[in-house]
Amino acid sequence: MGDALATQREGTMLKGFGGSSLRVNLRTGQVQRRPLDPAFARAWLGGRGYVCKVLYDEVPRDADPLGPLNRLVVSPGVMSGNFGPTGSKCCFGAVSPLTGAHGDSTVGGHFGPELKFAGYDLIVFEEIAQGPVYLFVDDDRVELRDASKYWGKGTIEAEEMLKHDLGEDFEIAAIGPAGESMVTFACIGHDFGRQAGRCGVGAVMGSKRLKAIAVRGTRSVPIHDLPGLKELTMGVIKRTSTHPNMAPWQKFGTAMFVGWSNEHGVYPTHNFQTTYFEPYAGIDGQPLVDKLLVSNKACSGCWMNCGKYARVTLPEKPTIHVEGPEYETGSLCGGNCGFDKIEEVAYVNWVCDQTGIDTMSGGGFVAFGMECYEKGFITREQLEGHELRWGSVDDFEHFVDMIVHRRGIGDWFARGIVYAAGQIGHDSIRFTAQVKGQGMSGYDGRGAPAMLLSYMTADIGAHHNRSWTITMDEDLGKAVIKGKAKVVVYLQHIRPFFDVVSCCRLFWGEVDVTVEEHIEAIRLMTGWSDFTLEEAMRLSDRLWNLNRAHFLERNGGPGRKHDYPPARFYEEAVPSGPGKGARLTMEDLDVMLDEYYAARGWSRDGNPSREILEDLGLPETATRLETLDLLGPLMAPLPEVRGERYKPKAF
Amino acid sequence: MKIQVTQSACTGCRLCRQVCAIEKNGETNPRRSRLKIVAHFPAPGTYQPVVCDQCGDCAEACPSEAIVKDDRGVLYVDGELCDECGLCVDACKPGVMMRWDGVAAKCDFCWKCTEVCNTGALVRID
Repeated sequence: MGDALATQREGTMLKGFGGSSLRVNLRTGQVQRRPLDPAFARAWLGGRGYVCKVLYDEVPRDADPLGPLNRLVVSPGVMSGNFGPTGSKCCFGAVSPLTGAHGDSTVGGHFGPELKFAGYDLIVFEEIAQGPVYLFVDDDRVELRDASKYWGKGTIEAEEMLKHDLGEDFEIAAIGPAGESMVTFACIGHDFGRQAGRCGVGAVMGSKRLKAIAVRGTRSVPIHDLPGLKELTMGVIKRTSTHPNMAPWQKFGTAMFVGWSNEHGVYPTHNFQTTYFEPYAGIDGQPLVDKLLVSNKACSGCWMNCGKYARVTLPEKPTIHVEGPEYETGSLCGGNCGFDKIEEVAYVNWVCDQTGIDTMSGGGFVAFGMECYEKGFITREQLEGHELRWGSVDDFEHFVDMIVHRRGIGDWFARGIVYAAGQIGHDSIRFTAQVKGQGMSGYDGRGAPAMLLSYMTADIGAHHNRSWTITMDEDLGKAVIKGKAKVVVYLQHIRPFFDVVSCCRLFWGEVDVTVEEHIEAIRLMTGWSDFTLEEAMRLSDRLWNLNRAHFLERNGGPGRKHDYPPARFYEEAVPSGPGKGARLTMEDLDVMLDEYYAARGWSRDGNPSREILEDLGLPETATRLETLDLLGPLMAPLPEVRGERYKPKAF
Repeated sequence: MKIQVTQSACTGCRLCRQVCAIEKNGETNPRRSRLKIVAHFPAPGTYQPVVCDQCGDCAEACPSEAIVKDDRGVLYVDGELCDECGLCVDACKPGVMMRWDGVAAKCDFCWKCTEVCNTGALVRID
């Protein structure tokens, strides 16, 4: 297939970028290389930006997310691999089988930088292969290769085999059996324990029969001002290495937030029934480090090493190695499923990683199954004679196997939690922890209203990375409803910015690297001396509105009807722990949504207005929405700046 | 004088390699560096940094006496004298003697790798 490669090596002389894109037709086997268009590069920057634009422009609105017309889009952004503070990320995107709209998920490790070193900023996969394949990328040599021997293997096993076959210096992104069987919350794994976990991007990869992408890049990315960039980044490294937050982050990573979230009354417990897990000390960062830690593990070019590589031996189980559990796994596969020993959480983390399901939606969906079993809504017979008890590793592992291989009611869950609830009945949809089909992250919004608003309004469903507000909710008052929506809008612009440029947001959030320093790093990489934070925030605003339009065009309107959480989150009070008594009402949710839509320049129905879309340079999108009767009238004067700047702190 | 390696402190971030490539080659690809990190995954799950220990095997193997000591006593490659034969690379047991564009390249203790390593995996010892 290398012969079919249309080679255009001239490139564009773009600084900071790999310089080329690849378009891979999996049905025909044709691979085309194109130079990256400088205007496209500046307008959409990369990562999540490219993903958003390609999906909006190319995927027909009636296309099945698991069919040939969906695209799988892979993009490392401008900072990836470029010795900035810090550029390790790579974005994977597709129309999501979970949410039915734009989906993206960003993974750290070394894959994004390696793609850049090979010369690529964007890969778009089209159609479906005849049989299992993987994409082999070795600088200019790009081939689709037979993947029969890897098909059926676990994610970690497949990565190990590919490295053995190709060489240790290839970076691998692979799916597991869950992706192969198109489980809607299947993930893409990389670097033995990192994942593009959300939105079911692994299911789309599996639907295309693409087992893996293997890449080696031996070139360097041209940098506009390399000495200047070196000076800036080495200065940031030196300064932040003594920041008081650096030591705990290096020691525990995100795992330390298990205790923190419990103390703050937001820790999801037993499928979000309450927000306090009494035996949390057994699964916090301390026992992880004391009992299981093998190595601290960092992404490319990162000096915070939040990854904790662990070794676990449980009775009657194989000894396993796993990266984690990080906080989201430690909550959603931890107290949320009733596991009170760190060994158990780490083991089920590995089960998810190896089979290739997202530990977040995976943990959340299994926890929902556990509550259904507790209530008698699903039976032992439906579980093939097994049970589904809180805190049972065997039950968890068996149920995941049912899901991955789509046996019996496992198939219901493989299709997603909303589908499963519909099949189970008993009005169980009321206690699903999801918005738009995406499982909630590891924070219960009843004790943090702006966090719930963040889930309700996030473009990919209930995911925390778009906006994380727990400390803001604390600062402004946990019961306070009004006045927080503008900050949520700001966070939905600033945090996804890091996914656009493919750097880690933790340095901004935790050790006070300023966003201005990131902007300066991008200037030094690209030579865009006129690049500003305002331009970056405007792109975030444009992406947010484009994704909203994409969602409405695929799922119908009004937008507001999609933005409510299940009833548990506005009907039930938190029954125990430091968050006891926290409760929101439907009226509270409406107050927050009204404020939010006004701050966005949308209608009271939650539809974008012509004014905001034209302001963002999207008049064609406005016209398209108008044709579909999805364009809303402004509910308040268009805010000149969307969002209110806020710097959340973790401690 | 040496780069002290503490294997268990290495996180595999490759900052040391990248800053070396930038400092010595003006390039961003960590492969263009003069040290290595060997990864052992998924098991046992450890990284092994490999640096030049100034053993002198490269200088001994060099037929054109291009690997010489600076005023600190540290071996470095005099590019003008290198005849690009590659014998130094073959002689280097740790495998950190490199050739870039034919010319031999080795660590000359510029210490940049130790400046970016904040975990204690690579420490400057004068």
